Amino acid sequence: MKTHRFTTILSIVLLFAFIFGCSQQPSQQKTDTSAQSQVSQLDTILKRGVLKVGFDTFKPWAMKDKSGNYIGFEIEVAKRLAADMGVDVEFVPTKWSGIIPALLTGKFDIIIGGMSITPQRNLKVNFSIPYEYTGMSVIASKKLAAGRTMASEFNNPATTVAVRLGTTAAEITKNFLPQAKILFFDEESQTIQELLNERVHAVVASNPLPLNLAKEYPDKLYLPFKEDFTREPISFAIRKGDFDYLNWLNNWVLVTMSTGWLQNRYEYWFYTNDWENQIQ
Amino acid sequence: MPDTQRPSTVRLPISAIVDTGKYLAVMGCIIWLLTLGTDRLGYNWQWYRIPKYLWQFNEHGFSWGPLIEGLGITFQITGISMILMLGIGITTALLRMTDSWAAKGTARVYMEIIRNTPLLIQIFFIYFVLAPILDMSAFWAAVIALSLFEGAYASEIFRAGIISIDKGQWEAAQSLGMAPFPMYRHIILPQAIRRVLPPMTSQAVSLVKDSALVSTIAILDLTQQGRMIDAETFLTFEIWFTIAAIYLAVTLALSGVVKILEQRSNSVKP
Repeated sequence: MKTHRFTTILSIVLLFAFIFGCSQQPSQQKTDTSAQSQVSQLDTILKRGVLKVGFDTFKPWAMKDKSGNYIGFEIEVAKRLAADMGVDVEFVPTKWSGIIPALLTGKFDIIIGGMSITPQRNLKVNFSIPYEYTGMSVIASKKLAAGRTMASEFNNPATTVAVRLGTTAAEITKNFLPQAKILFFDEESQTIQELLNERVHAVVASNPLPLNLAKEYPDKLYLPFKEDFTREPISFAIRKGDFDYLNWLNNWVLVTMSTGWLQNRYEYWFYTNDWENQIQ
Repeated sequence: MPDTQRPSTVRLPISAIVDTGKYLAVMGCIIWLLTLGTDRLGYNWQWYRIPKYLWQFNEHGFSWGPLIEGLGITFQITGISMILMLGIGITTALLRMTDSWAAKGTARVYMEIIRNTPLLIQIFFIYFVLAPILDMSAFWAAVIALSLFEGAYASEIFRAGIISIDKGQWEAAQSLGMAPFPMYRHIILPQAIRRVLPPMTSQAVSLVKDSALVSTIAILDLTQQGRMIDAETFLTFEIWFTIAAIYLAVTLALSGVVKILEQRSNSVKP
């Protein structure tokens, strides 16, 4: 009994020693990573011949078509980016809430997933210059929250709002509606299910999702605000400290924007429904 | 105290020292591998940002952080689920041992469905499909999903315990002319419960760990609080290691309490 207890305590002590020992690592690690970053990720991608892209499905940024291939605005951007680099593209679908850790641990080379720049995210990753802008909108239930047109009408403890965890919608809802009760779900589809089940008053999400939902369920849902209440820059995210790679991406955005290709594709995916029959 | 009964505490055990040495060597090896792994990862560890999520001192004085508040919700959910789990478990076990075909069938169908489908899908089904019809809150949907899931396993543990009681005990009870209820109440269950205590502990530990899944239906339990902090700060590994340590502490404490109960019930053995 005594030795058993002793070994248990010892293993716990060692476990903690290890965990807190890690806090003294950074100084040593910094030299390691700076040595690594001398070789740009760009060279690694070119040698490998494959660009690994991390993303999560958001309509119409990235979705699955009927034959199971990915289509959408981001997918086109990623394909074009890889083509301009002269390499193949490999898509690595990743849960949104874990997408930054997956990038940091090298599961892929870049996040092309409609990611907007936030200062908090920027502390962990580098962002390219924005290649697109997106706005947040609110979609509300007609039964529970009929006739509301102002943010203040949603900002009370009696209102429940559902958002997707880890998105800027989650942060923005906290800022704009600090008094409302907020439910955090892992998937966009779950927030919509909650709204359709009439268990939450509203969902905050980036457009065009609220717009499409209002069209799809006209007798159940409505858009309380005429205009988007944010304008957020969308950028590529890469690991920190690789300025060759970042420079290449920035100039890619600059060139592709000047030819009008990015705007053209954005129009196609966001303001037309020509692609609707391709998806499931 | 049981410790005083052991002769090995009196003299110095050489084999114990050798054993401890081996143990330390193995542990050292594992820790060395882990540090090697974390070095390769190139991850920027920021443990100093963690304590404020556990507790805070500010102008209002001391307050618990979101992780400990989440732990409170986890305790509520697992506490209620544990009681329901035992109730459901023993009811199902007894139903399966009756002669009634209908009772046996119902218990069997319940058990097979629950044991052969993933808990996550059961939680989603109860929350998104059943709860709106019954006007149930997320909290109760979680409690019901968890207790139904763990109850199916608990019922098999109870059944094993009841079956293991010696045939002579049943015959003795029947020869005294006891009805089924007092027979179970006074003879069978007191013996069976003592036998099922160890497997039931591991079931309770599973319940605590499985409760992490209810975070998917937006309940602010320990895991969900961790997910939210992670989403805001990207302190991924620090947060998840901390949460794992909290779960470890809770389940070890639970096992410890049951061990004390077991020793007490053994000491009153006839």
